[in-house]
Amino acid sequence: MSMKRKTLKKRWETFSSAKVAPYVFVLPFLLTFVIFFIYPIISSVMTSFQNVQLGASKWVGLANYKRLAASSEFPTAIRNSLLYTVITIALMIPFPLLFAVMLNSKSMRGGTFFRAVLFMPILCSVVVAGMTFRFMFNETDSALVNEFFMKVFGTRRIMWKSRQWPAMAMMVSLCCWRWTGMNIVYFMSGLRSVPVELYEAADIDGASAAQRFWNVTVPSVKPTTIYVLTISIYGGLSMYTESRMLWDAKSSPMNVGLTIVGFVYQKGISQADYGFASCAGLCLLLVTLVVNFIQLRGTGAIGKGGAK
Amino acid sequence: MISSYTKKHVGQKKTYTILLLVFFAMFCVVVLVPFATILLTSFKQTNRLLTDGFNLKVEKNIMSWDSYVYLFTGKHSFFLWYRNSVYLTVVQTLLTLFISAWVSFGFSFYRFKGKDILYACVLIVMMIPFEIMMLPLFMEAINLKMTNSYFGIMIPYLANATVIFFFCQYLQGIPVELVEAGRIDGCNEYSIFLCLVFPLMKPALAAMSILVGVNTWNNYLWPLLVLGDSHKFTLPIGLSSLIAMQGSNLNSYKILMAGSVMTVLPILLLFCFAQKYFIEGLSTGSVKG
Repeated sequence: MSMKRKTLKKRWETFSSAKVAPYVFVLPFLLTFVIFFIYPIISSVMTSFQNVQLGASKWVGLANYKRLAASSEFPTAIRNSLLYTVITIALMIPFPLLFAVMLNSKSMRGGTFFRAVLFMPILCSVVVAGMTFRFMFNETDSALVNEFFMKVFGTRRIMWKSRQWPAMAMMVSLCCWRWTGMNIVYFMSGLRSVPVELYEAADIDGASAAQRFWNVTVPSVKPTTIYVLTISIYGGLSMYTESRMLWDAKSSPMNVGLTIVGFVYQKGISQADYGFASCAGLCLLLVTLVVNFIQLRGTGAIGKGGAK
Repeated sequence: MISSYTKKHVGQKKTYTILLLVFFAMFCVVVLVPFATILLTSFKQTNRLLTDGFNLKVEKNIMSWDSYVYLFTGKHSFFLWYRNSVYLTVVQTLLTLFISAWVSFGFSFYRFKGKDILYACVLIVMMIPFEIMMLPLFMEAINLKMTNSYFGIMIPYLANATVIFFFCQYLQGIPVELVEAGRIDGCNEYSIFLCLVFPLMKPALAAMSILVGVNTWNNYLWPLLVLGDSHKFTLPIGLSSLIAMQGSNLNSYKILMAGSVMTVLPILLLFCFAQKYFIEGLSTGSVKG
């Protein structure tokens, strides 16, 4: 009895020693990484060389990749996703930064209140937000956005869901509505870490507001900018739920709302063409890795060796 | 001379303040428009929803409490979905926070073989959209018989790379001496985490609970793949399934409209009360170089 107890105690001691414990701590991540990251990628690579139908799979070599290269929809999906990512980044970094500076300025009153209101859309689920925008951008005269454009700008009825640029504008405006407040919050917390002395020094040197913005604020919030850029790339390339809600889970006319993830979903889940969809998924992975690498290289986050 | 200069300066500042206030007031009105349209439409007759779309017209003759009456008295699964969503959000958020904090402690306070590589893996996972993994994960879930269960929805998210990264950043601010003092006092490694460090992580936990909570509450694609039975649906899936029943059933639009308001409203109310806590938490140490 006491013998058994001793071995148990000894085992517990090794288990909780500073040598073993770190591995126990990181184990959940290691398991998640292997089971839900590495394994799916490997199985995806394997599947991409096969033709999977009704449980039976056949090795087909590069046939899926050839089909993908010949597909007319896939380039559209890639173009839409990249365009969406670029436009949202171009809008969602400079403007929220400017708004954050304005909210932070000494002349501002009630900044906390405005920040809270601007933050609200992110709490609204994508499904509800997507549905709301779907009906606001309805292709009828009585829907809000068309009514606005017709009355204020005197345009004709705009077909938001069946023309390329209006569709892109609709998707981008949904993104802007949801994320502007969040990015403002990120930039405001970034601004807080800018030392006041820098602004005082700029004041003494007689810098104008614009000069202060360019030469003090922008360089000081660089870490925040990199962070926002990273999550924007992530969000832009993986966008699908929004377009799914805007087009009622149906395919959009001329694929104006088709994104890469939408393409993977359509082929893989709706049409159960796993091999072909895996191919497209891997291409998305490649695009993501390349874009992220360029981004990290360009912003200097990697490649200097001094990364934290 | 000096006083006139200051007066002019003060006057300028005042105009600037007024300009800022006007700008942000208009900005906020624009941001609130979608909320207003959905609220207004939820009182309108649903048979004209598809043709009219959402607008800001107040049409008293077609407005009533119909949709809400049906939502609270009709026979449908809305409140079941609601309960499912609350359950999933609470359980997944608590588990994610604890497990991710557990992992981040390992990364922050120990040196061990393979640590740098494993931490690089955290960063890589953070950058790869989950949606890319969706299809192979779905096939894996079928093989492992994890479909149609909340366990299957939760498990890939529990050791969440983003949350681990955030916690590691936060733990950089906690001195190693604390852990050493714990050892000297005879605590083992696990009780150092549970009794000393975990309670100190409260601000970081609060911040991440909001982020993880909102993401889980709104999560759509992965639960849609995993869940098959409509009685297991969460709110986003349930609501979107109502849109898909195009025109066939006007009652489903009533639930859709009134239900959407009931989905958004509690979070907004909660947010109004805990607004400071929400946003300040997100800002504390979110990004440090």
